[in-house]
Amino acid sequence: MAGRNITKKIGALEFSVLSPNEIRKMSATKVITADTYDDDGFPITMGLMDQRLSVIEPGLRCKTCGLKVGKDKCPGHFGHIDLAMPVIHVGFVKTIRNSLRATCRKCGRILLTDKELEEHRKTIIKNNNEGRDNAYIFKTIISSAVKTEGCPRCGTQSGKIDLDKPTSFRENGKKLTPTEIREWLEKIPDEDLPLLDINVKSARPEWMVLTVLPVPPVTVRPSVTLESGERSEDDLTHKLVDVIRINQRLQENRDAGAPQLIVEDLWELLQYHVTTYLDNQTSGIPPARHRSGRPLKTLAQRLKGKEGRFRSNLSGKRVNFSARTVISPDPNLSINEIGVPKEIARELTLPVRVTTQNLEWCKNLIKQTAAVEKPGDNYRPRVNYVKRFREGVEQRMKVTEKNADDIAEKLELGFIIERQLMDGDIALFNRQPSLHRMSMMAHRIKVMPNRSFRFNLSVCPPYNADFDGDEMNLHLLQGEEAKAEAEILMKVQENLMSPRFGGVIIGGLHDHISGCFLLTYKDKTFSKEKTSEILATFKYKGKFPEIHEENGESFIYGKDIFSVLLPKDLSIEYKAKACFHCEVCEAANCPNGAYVVVKNGKLKQGIVDENSIGSFKGRIVERIIRDHGTAAGRIFIDDVTRLGIAVVTVIGFTTSIDDEDIPNEAKRQIGEGLQKAQNKINTLVTAYEHGELESLPGRSLEETLEMEIMRVTGRARDMAGEIASKYLGLNNSAVIMAKSGARGSMLNLSQMSGCVGQQAVRGERISRGYKYRTLPHFKKGDLGASAKGFVANSYKSGLNPTEYFFHSMGGREGLVDTAVRTSRSGYMQRRLVNALEDLKVESDGTVRHTGGEIIQFMYGDDGVDPTRSTTGKAVDLDRIIYDVKQEG
Amino acid sequence: MAKTVPKKKITPKKTEKKKPVVQKSISSKTKKPAVKTESKSKPSPMKKGKEVKSVTKKKKPSEEKKGPLVVEKKIEKKKEPERTFVPPPTKKEEEPKEYKTIRTEINKIMKNKYLPISIIDGIIERAARDKKIEAKIKNIIEKALEEYTKNLIDPTEACGMISAQSIGEPGTQMTMRTFHYAGVAEINVTLGLPRLIEIVDARSTPSTPMMNIYLRDEYRINPDLAKEIANKIEITRLTDVADIEMDLVNIFISIKPNKKTMEKKGITIEDLLERIQSVRKLSAKIEKENIKVTLDEPGYKALQNTNETLKNLKIKGIDGIKRVIIRKEPNEGYVIYSEGSNLKEVLDIEGVDPYRTTTNDIHAIARELGIEAARNMIIQEAYSTLSEQGLNVDMRHIMLVADVMTADGTVRAIGRHGVSGEKSSVLSRAAFEITVNHLLLASQRGESDELNGVAENIIVGQPVNLGTGAIELVMNPKKPKQKGK
Ligand SMILES: [Mg+2]
Ligand SMILES: [Zn+2]
Ligand SMILES: [Zn+2]
Ligand SMILES: [Zn+2]
Repeated sequence: MAGRNITKKIGALEFSVLSPNEIRKMSATKVITADTYDDDGFPITMGLMDQRLSVIEPGLRCKTCGLKVGKDKCPGHFGHIDLAMPVIHVGFVKTIRNSLRATCRKCGRILLTDKELEEHRKTIIKNNNEGRDNAYIFKTIISSAVKTEGCPRCGTQSGKIDLDKPTSFRENGKKLTPTEIREWLEKIPDEDLPLLDINVKSARPEWMVLTVLPVPPVTVRPSVTLESGERSEDDLTHKLVDVIRINQRLQENRDAGAPQLIVEDLWELLQYHVTTYLDNQTSGIPPARHRSGRPLKTLAQRLKGKEGRFRSNLSGKRVNFSARTVISPDPNLSINEIGVPKEIARELTLPVRVTTQNLEWCKNLIKQTAAVEKPGDNYRPRVNYVKRFREGVEQRMKVTEKNADDIAEKLELGFIIERQLMDGDIALFNRQPSLHRMSMMAHRIKVMPNRSFRFNLSVCPPYNADFDGDEMNLHLLQGEEAKAEAEILMKVQENLMSPRFGGVIIGGLHDHISGCFLLTYKDKTFSKEKTSEILATFKYKGKFPEIHEENGESFIYGKDIFSVLLPKDLSIEYKAKACFHCEVCEAANCPNGAYVVVKNGKLKQGIVDENSIGSFKGRIVERIIRDHGTAAGRIFIDDVTRLGIAVVTVIGFTTSIDDEDIPNEAKRQIGEGLQKAQNKINTLVTAYEHGELESLPGRSLEETLEMEIMRVTGRARDMAGEIASKYLGLNNSAVIMAKSGARGSMLNLSQMSGCVGQQAVRGERISRGYKYRTLPHFKKGDLGASAKGFVANSYKSGLNPTEYFFHSMGGREGLVDTAVRTSRSGYMQRRLVNALEDLKVESDGTVRHTGGEIIQFMYGDDGVDPTRSTTGKAVDLDRIIYDVKQEG
Repeated sequence: MAKTVPKKKITPKKTEKKKPVVQKSISSKTKKPAVKTESKSKPSPMKKGKEVKSVTKKKKPSEEKKGPLVVEKKIEKKKEPERTFVPPPTKKEEEPKEYKTIRTEINKIMKNKYLPISIIDGIIERAARDKKIEAKIKNIIEKALEEYTKNLIDPTEACGMISAQSIGEPGTQMTMRTFHYAGVAEINVTLGLPRLIEIVDARSTPSTPMMNIYLRDEYRINPDLAKEIANKIEITRLTDVADIEMDLVNIFISIKPNKKTMEKKGITIEDLLERIQSVRKLSAKIEKENIKVTLDEPGYKALQNTNETLKNLKIKGIDGIKRVIIRKEPNEGYVIYSEGSNLKEVLDIEGVDPYRTTTNDIHAIARELGIEAARNMIIQEAYSTLSEQGLNVDMRHIMLVADVMTADGTVRAIGRHGVSGEKSSVLSRAAFEITVNHLLLASQRGESDELNGVAENIIVGQPVNLGTGAIELVMNPKKPKQKGK
């Protein structure tokens, strides 16, 4: 960008306490009037809204620097209030207390011998050089000084200093006024200050007793005019009004020689107002309140906490060029793309510099603004603004229908047009909570009708998004550097591999997996027509898969259709998700076809399911990304998901309530099994009641009984599940989904058709409720299965009222658990991030803190990037050896 | 980088045998507490603890001032017999000859290049199994080297941020259920998110302390010897072995030992008497099979109090160990699992294998075995907590967290009272927690924020010194490129 020079860099920020002199020196005016505006609504001179403290109304000029608010920005100027009597700064009470306790009231020296002081001084310097914490040395200095009875220099007896609540001090029970304290602190010599943890260059202890109060500029505390025309002042202004009022009264009373008591009362009141002005949550004093009863938000409250300046305005900032709307899925988009509503595309802009190369193009864009848009027309970007620089001043013109042609004609090189979005622009897409870096990825924009953001379903897992009303944010990149970085580092295809565990996180899901399962299960075949239909969905242009002929009918194997997507050099073997976990795996000879063998880009055998193409587990996806790069990975995911959907569409795939039907024979068997379990529990209970139960080591009888019963109920549910799944074969859509890893599990299925099982709260059978029983439907002391939350019914057969109640109890626990967990883990992550954010891998391979301390000599002990590792392994030895063996 | 760079040392060496604490840790030879000063190669406190424990007697005076980490062992433990140094049973036999020959061959092929030891070991193991592989070893090594170099992490990578995200993100998927049974069915252990939080918090004691006590030599084979150790370890209170009855009329307490349990625990009535007599203000004597306790100053109230003290009177065992379970593990023999933890005293029991016995009390490990052991334990505990939940997080992320926690030689918490509170940047600290105090203190101390870190630079609106922001390369578009050389 032209005119962009290397910006200055801030070297360091120094912190120090303002001295009274500095406060006066930087002050634009002394503030003496507690009022803000006069009757005409004009700021009162030497009042809190004095125009020398900058102005807030646009158009007005600041009387100190002559600049306006807004464009050229007057930075605002401080004023000051001269306090009639000194008051203590609440934030520094601890330092003041320590200084008083540790020093002599007469000579101001620390109550230790020169030798001791010298020693401490040395250790402090040594610690500083070694980067160690000095906290405990300061503590010892103070505690040993407090113990000293008389001053080692002048022999003055030291009194006992007490601190009452927020800001008052007593010496041997007698009140110390701020004036006295200030005088005392003034006596402490500079050379003793480092021993009290005060840096002479930045602070003097007496500055912690305020004699002048800085008044922040008006811009810091702007007043708002309500609709009624009434002015509403900022909380800080309110507080300053209080301070000035009391200060005035104090001054008048003191000058008039009012009784000591009145002066002291007013002095204390001034202390209260200054204290609450600084921090309105000081413990020990009531917070100052607004007329409405709301506590005022004063200086400390402005900075503190999540809504404070630091966390909400400095660490995180609001941005322009962003959009937010509801999301919805679009399987026809590539994973790299995002569908942006036309309305948003017309509103957001990207800056384009007019050059000799694009002058005509820019002119056309501008002229487009005047073009009439007919319904059904394709979206064509326009220009919203044209910017130019005249003598370093930016001029910005809005392009309207009327002036479009005019502006287009006047367009010159070096102008900047702010054009609307068009297909192919790159933008960042984000969903909160942004828990990891994949929560914000770059997509290519595709402008579309309708009003939601749309993206490929495979990108849901990294964002953790679903479409039940989720909203997401889009951020446009305004600079070339940012665009380049987004393109290279942040695009979805660059984030296919997770840095968490070195595997894929983007892959097929749900119907994509069901589809591939159906395509490759057993020897599924397709007619030529169907095959063409399937291949056409992802615009396949290669060779048609091998056609087989039998009995005069030609067909194509599903596995061959799948193979068209595989690169020719792909050879891999692994177990499919549908593996039965047979005791002895026969690998390549697996009778269930659950062992996948791909050789030279051809699926020889096995079922393609979650373990092949799924997110988190997809072995084929992973291999393609590793061997052929992220672009190939993206294309594979795009195609395989479309393939899956096409297959599901061609074959037809649906699940409904009758997928959970099991034959009566199965129902009978389950009923029998449940009865057996019931009996077993009853015998256990009777044994327990008769005291015949043998307790497990280290457990009480009750615990033993509970554990035994839990075991029995658990087994009963498993039994029901086993029986149910025996009758639910792979011709059942629900089973296909569970077995292939598309959605749901066999447990879900067995709960639907077999038995729901034991409901638990806090990991135990349900036990609370009424006295000695869970519900009034049961006898007191009933320890049986159904009285303690065992649901013998299935979801399909329906729960009876007590079962339903227990089931809700378990469900509620789950909800509460989730709510608690999100907040707890959120805080943990915030702490982890804060502790680790500054770590960086240096060019020498070490991991260091930005301060320079070495944390690891070699990242992760082997220097390997977890993203590139093979599920944690630095080098995939199995693969290398497999390859070497293949080479012959 | 102008800072002093301690020499990186890459000296691949077999290290497994030196680790008493962690079984499955990645070799950790590069780990060392690192502070701004040059890294002092202090003798590993872990090793020291070991020596003291087994060799007893002599102590090294030179190391004693090294802070609270190295806890001095009490040397004059009474009755304890002189122990001889027993090499750890995990120690593998000398490497087989063929391994050695392959290793030397690999070293020849590698020349001066570097591969992690685990990779080399993996190749050796496979090569020894399969002659075909051995024949192609050169090819394999070359490929491994190529892949290893390709997989190295990029300089300026914000590895800390990635680790924090990788550990934090799955947190939402973890269970909150505090109690669950892990490993040993009989012992409750805190699991899931609460345990993970506990680890990064560096809590002084875990909420469910637990120990895995491995035994040595014949102790792990012989069930009676194992039982004996278990009895020595498990705390036994008077109520556990005897019925206590108060006679309110005659103001005395009668203690009726339960013969069966006494026998099981290996306690005689004399032992009981001795322990009871150690309680002040009472006298006890054996009457028939029972023990009669009378008060020095009889009184109803005093009797009640004494009754309570007696109930909780420790007869035997180690403080803190509430319950033990002995299990026979395959390929190992008897292992004692305990609820409650007291590493220091358990390690003193004869027959306990000090090399493998572990506790989930990280501070205890730091105290007894040293900071490196604590670091390994943090890694092991955090890793198993995560993987137990079925969450797959790379070991390297957890290692980084553990290294940050232990970098200065003490176990520091992740948070306000630990790592974050000790950051050098004022702005970063202020932005994290307790904003106002940090600002006031910084002004009093005249601190200056050098704006090195991430949070500070975001606050002042500058590029961050990480990732692409760390590259300071600027092109001047006005100045044409110099043509010709
Ligand atoms: Mg949702
Ligand atoms: Zn101004
Ligand atoms: Zn003095
Ligand atoms: Zn199989």
